[in-house]
Amino acid sequence: MQKKFRIKTFPAGGVHVDECKFSAQRPIESLPLPGVVTTPVLQHFGAAATPIVKAGDRVKTGQVIAQANGFLSVNIHATIAGTVARIDEAMDVSGYKRPVIVINADGEDWVEGVDLSRTLKRKVELSSVEIIKKVQQDGLVGLGGAGFPVHVKLSPVAGKRADVLLINGAECEPYLTCDHRLMVEKGPEILVGVVILMKALNVSRAVIGIEWNKQDAIAHLSALASDFDGIDVVALKACYPQGAEKQLIEALIGKQVPIGGLPIDAGCVVQNIATAFAVYESIQKNKPLVERIVTVAGEDLKKPSNFRVRLGTSMAALIEAAGGLPESTGKIISGGPMMGKALNMLDIPVIKTTSGILVMPQERSKRDPVVNCIRCARCVKHCPLGLEPYLLMNLAEKERFEDAENEVVMNCCECGTCAYVCPAKRPLLDYIRLAKTFITQRRKEKAVK
Amino acid sequence: MMQTILLSILLLSAIGVLSGVVLYLVARKFHIVEDPRIDTVQAILPGVNCGGCGYPGCRKFAEACVNSKDLDKLFCPVGGNTCMAQVATALGIEVVERDAMIAVVRCNGSLRNRPRTNKYDGTTWCKIVHNLYAGETGCSFGCLGFGDCVKACKFGAIAVDPETQLPVVDEEKCVACGACVKACPRQLIELRFKGKEGHRIFVCCRNPEKGSVARKNCSVACIGCGKCFKVCEFGAITMGTNLAYIDFKKCTLCQKCVGQCPTGAIHEIHHAKKV
Amino acid sequence: MSHGKLIVSLSPHVSSPDHVRRIMLDVVLALLPAALWSVYLFGFQAVRVIFVSVAACVICEYCIQRFLLKVPSSVDDGAAVVTGLLLAFNLPSNIPNWMIVVGGFVAIAIAKMTFGGIGNNPFNPALVGRVFMLISFPVAMTSWPVPLANRGQMIDAVTAATPLSIAKEGLKNGIASDQLMASLPNYWDLLIGQRGGCLGEVSVLLLSLGGLYLLYRKVIQLEIPLAVISSVFIFSGILWMVNPQTNMSPLFHILTGGIFLGAIFMATDMVTSPMTPAGMIIFGIAIGILTVVIRVFGAYPEGMSFAILIMNAFVPLIDRFTKPQKYGKLKHG
Repeated sequence: MQKKFRIKTFPAGGVHVDECKFSAQRPIESLPLPGVVTTPVLQHFGAAATPIVKAGDRVKTGQVIAQANGFLSVNIHATIAGTVARIDEAMDVSGYKRPVIVINADGEDWVEGVDLSRTLKRKVELSSVEIIKKVQQDGLVGLGGAGFPVHVKLSPVAGKRADVLLINGAECEPYLTCDHRLMVEKGPEILVGVVILMKALNVSRAVIGIEWNKQDAIAHLSALASDFDGIDVVALKACYPQGAEKQLIEALIGKQVPIGGLPIDAGCVVQNIATAFAVYESIQKNKPLVERIVTVAGEDLKKPSNFRVRLGTSMAALIEAAGGLPESTGKIISGGPMMGKALNMLDIPVIKTTSGILVMPQERSKRDPVVNCIRCARCVKHCPLGLEPYLLMNLAEKERFEDAENEVVMNCCECGTCAYVCPAKRPLLDYIRLAKTFITQRRKEKAVK
Repeated sequence: MMQTILLSILLLSAIGVLSGVVLYLVARKFHIVEDPRIDTVQAILPGVNCGGCGYPGCRKFAEACVNSKDLDKLFCPVGGNTCMAQVATALGIEVVERDAMIAVVRCNGSLRNRPRTNKYDGTTWCKIVHNLYAGETGCSFGCLGFGDCVKACKFGAIAVDPETQLPVVDEEKCVACGACVKACPRQLIELRFKGKEGHRIFVCCRNPEKGSVARKNCSVACIGCGKCFKVCEFGAITMGTNLAYIDFKKCTLCQKCVGQCPTGAIHEIHHAKKV
Repeated sequence: MSHGKLIVSLSPHVSSPDHVRRIMLDVVLALLPAALWSVYLFGFQAVRVIFVSVAACVICEYCIQRFLLKVPSSVDDGAAVVTGLLLAFNLPSNIPNWMIVVGGFVAIAIAKMTFGGIGNNPFNPALVGRVFMLISFPVAMTSWPVPLANRGQMIDAVTAATPLSIAKEGLKNGIASDQLMASLPNYWDLLIGQRGGCLGEVSVLLLSLGGLYLLYRKVIQLEIPLAVISSVFIFSGILWMVNPQTNMSPLFHILTGGIFLGAIFMATDMVTSPMTPAGMIIFGIAIGILTVVIRVFGAYPEGMSFAILIMNAFVPLIDRFTKPQKYGKLKHG
C-alpha cells in the first residue's frame, strides 16, 4: 500500500460484528441463463410498474415489460428473451404474494442498440437532463437494498443544492461481498459511473467510502481515481452500520441529516457503488438493469460465491450453484444477517435489491430465550442514532405509542445494532417496528380525515 | 410535663380544626356543578370502562346519555338491553331493544385444514408477524394464531385453542365490545347477531384468491364457486373476489346454503343444539 | 430444518455472544482476588460468611420463583450469586449465620423480587440487605475481628474498630488528625489490605485489580468509579484544607471504608445506575459528596452504602434529564 489512509468513522454508536467474508476472494461467476424468470412489478421504493405485455407475447432481453407508474416509479425489463407465460401473483421477498410477470426463456436475444462489448467508454455524451431521464427508463434503482429510484435522487429539488456525491462502498453487513468483488473487477467502469452521476447532479466532488476490510478495493480504486477529477477514496472503519446512509454521511463529510430530512438537506446525495456501475452500463452501453451480482454465503455452504445473475432467477438456482442447500439449514435470508429478510420458502425470485442470500445453520437460527432488561445501557451506547431502544421497547409493549413517537422512534433506521448487543436477548427491534407501524397507520388515518 | 402534653393536644387540635374549615370552604368554592342524573346513570352501568360503547369510560357514556334526546345511537354492549332499558327509565326517554351480538372468528384454517409450511420464531404478536410475512401457512389472509385478540379482550371471552391454533369465542362471556375486532390485523373477527338460541350462519373464510390457489393452502377455504349465492332466496349472500359473504341482517337462518358449500366453508352454529 | 420447515423471524438474525450469565461471571471473577484475600486475613470464617450469604440468596430466589410465583427459576443467570457475594463482602467475618440469612432474605425477597425480579429493582439489593442488617443488628455489624491474629475464630474473636471508626471517634473527642494517623495503619497497609473491616472492603489494591478486569470486559464504564473516588477525594480534600486538624486527609478517606468496593462494584450495578455517561458522572459525584457529608457531619463513620441508596432513588430523574443526543438535532453548517 503506497498511500497512507486515514480511517474515518461515524462518531456515536455502532458495533463491530464478525465479518465472515468467506467469499471475498471468489471472483464473480456468471450463472447460466435461467429457464424461467419471475419478475415482480414492484422491485423498488415507490409505485409498482404497470405491465404492458400479456401472456403469449414474445419479448427480447432488455425490452420494457412494465411501464413506470408516475414519478416515484421505474420501468421493469425482460431479463431474458422468451415468451410471457402469464401475469400472476407469486411469493416474493416481501413475504406476501405480489403481481409478477413470468417469462419462459428460449435463448439470448437482446433488444436493438445495446452495446455488449467490454471496452471501457470514458466520454460521457449525454447531458444532465438526458441522464436523469435515461436512468428512469432503464429501470435503475438503488442496488444497496432500499431500491430508491435513482432518477428521483438525481432530480433537482427546489431550494436545495447538493455539493458532493457520496458513493457507498462500505458493505458493512457480514457475509456480503458482491460490492467488494465489483470494485476489484470493474473499477474503471465504476469510476466512469461516478463521473456520470456527478454530471447529472452538477457537482464537482465525489467521495467513495470503503470499509478497511477491503484493502485491495481501496488501493485499486484509489489508484484509478487519480485519473479522474474530483473523486476521492476514503477508508472507513469496519464498524456496523458504516454503510447506513446517515452514518456514511457523517463519516465522510462530518454533517448530520436533520430529523425528518433527506441527505440533500446536508448538501449531498448518496448512491451505492453497484448503482454507479449500473449507471455506467445504462448511460455508456445503453443496457437496462437486467442483472446484478449476488453473494451466496453460509457456514455450511460448500461453495460460497459471488454470482452475476439475471433478475428474476429463483434463489433456489443460486443455492444449487453454490453447492446445494446444506442439510443443516435452519434459515434462508435475503440480504445480510443484520437487516435481511428471512424467507419462508426457497423459490423466491432475485430482484433488483437482492444483495445476497445467506444460508444459516439450524443451531444459529433459533433466537435465545428472553430475559428481563438489566438496564446495562449497551443498546443506548451502541445505537448510531442516539435513541434509547430499551425505553422504546418498554413503551411499545405497554402500547404507549404517542410517548414512543415523542422519543423519536420514527428516526430508527432498523439497523439491528441494539438487538445484536443486548445481553438479555430482548427483541428490541420487533417492538420498535411495532411502534413504527402503529404510528405510521395513525398518521395515515389523520391525513385521510 | 403536663403543660407540654396539654399544649401539644391543643395545638394539634387547633391545626385539625383549621384544616377542616379550610377544606370545607375550598370544596364549597370550587365545587363543580354536574347534572345529578349522570351519577344515576353511571350507577346503572356495569363500570367496566371497556370502551365498547365508543366512549372513553362509563362516565363519559353516562354524560352522553344524559345529554341526548334518545338512545338510538347509544348502546352499552356489556350491560345489554336490560341495562339500556333501566337507563331509559331513569332518564324518562324511549329506547329500542337491540339484537344481541357476538364476536365471530371467520377463519377455520386449523392445523389440520391448513398445513404449516414454516416455523415463526420471535415475538408472538399478530401485528408484528402480519407486517413481516404471510404467516406459517400458504394463506396470507388467514389467522396467525398468536392471540392479539386474546390480549385485547378484557372479559376473558376469547382464547386460542392449542389443538387448532385458532381463537374460540366463549358464548357466555363475550359482550361484543369490539376490542378483538380492532386488534386483529387481518380483520378476521366480526360482530354478528348472536341469533335466536345462539343460531348463526357465516362464511368462515376471508381469502379472495382464486379457488384453486386458496384450496391448495387450506382444505376448507371459500373457493368463490357461488353455489350458496344461487340458492339464497333472501339476497343475504353477496359474491366478492372469489369469496362469498353472508349479511347477518338479511340472513333468516334457513340453512339452505350450508349444504351447498363444497368445501365446508359455511359454518353453522347452534348454541342450543349441541352438535 | 425442523421437520423440513424453514425458520422465519425478524432481523437481526445474529446476536453478540454476550449474555447476562457472562456478565455475572465476570463480576464474580473480578471479586475473586478480594475474596481470596479475605480468606487469608479472616480464615475459615470468611468462607463461611460467603457461602451462607450466597446460598441464602440463591435459595431464596429459587423458592420465591418456583413456589410462590410458579415460574421457571432464573437463578442460573448468576445474579443472585453476585448479590450474595457482594452482601458477604459487606459483613464482618464473625457475623452469626442467621443474621446473614435475614440479610439475604431482605436483599432478594424484599429489595429485588417484590419489584418484579432482575432489572426492575430501584435499589441495589446487596446494599438494602446490608443497611437493613446494620440498622437491625448494630452491634454485630460493627465489631470486626482483628485480621490474621484471629484467623478462623468466630466466638472468641478479639475485635477491634476499623481505621475509619477509630478516626471518627478520635476526631469527635478532639484528638488532632495527624496524631490519629500515627496510631492507624499507614497508607500502604490500607492500600493492600493489612487492616480490619468488612470482608470485601479491606484490600483496595485487589479490588482495583478486579475493577480493571471489569473495565476490560466492558462490564463497567470508567465514569462512575472515577466520579465517586475523585469527588470523595476532592470534597474531603477541601474540608481537610480548611481545617487539617479536625479532618482526615483525602487519601485516608478514599482508602478506608467501602469507597473502592462501593465505587467499583456497588454503584456500578447496571440495574440501579444511570444509562448515559453524563448521567453516570452526575450520579458518581453526588454519591461522593453524600458519602463525605455522612462521614464528617453524620452519626455513622461509614456513609457509602447510604449515599448509594439515596442516589439510586434519583436515577430515574437523572435518566430523564441526561438523554443521549438524538441524531439530526444538531445544527450543522
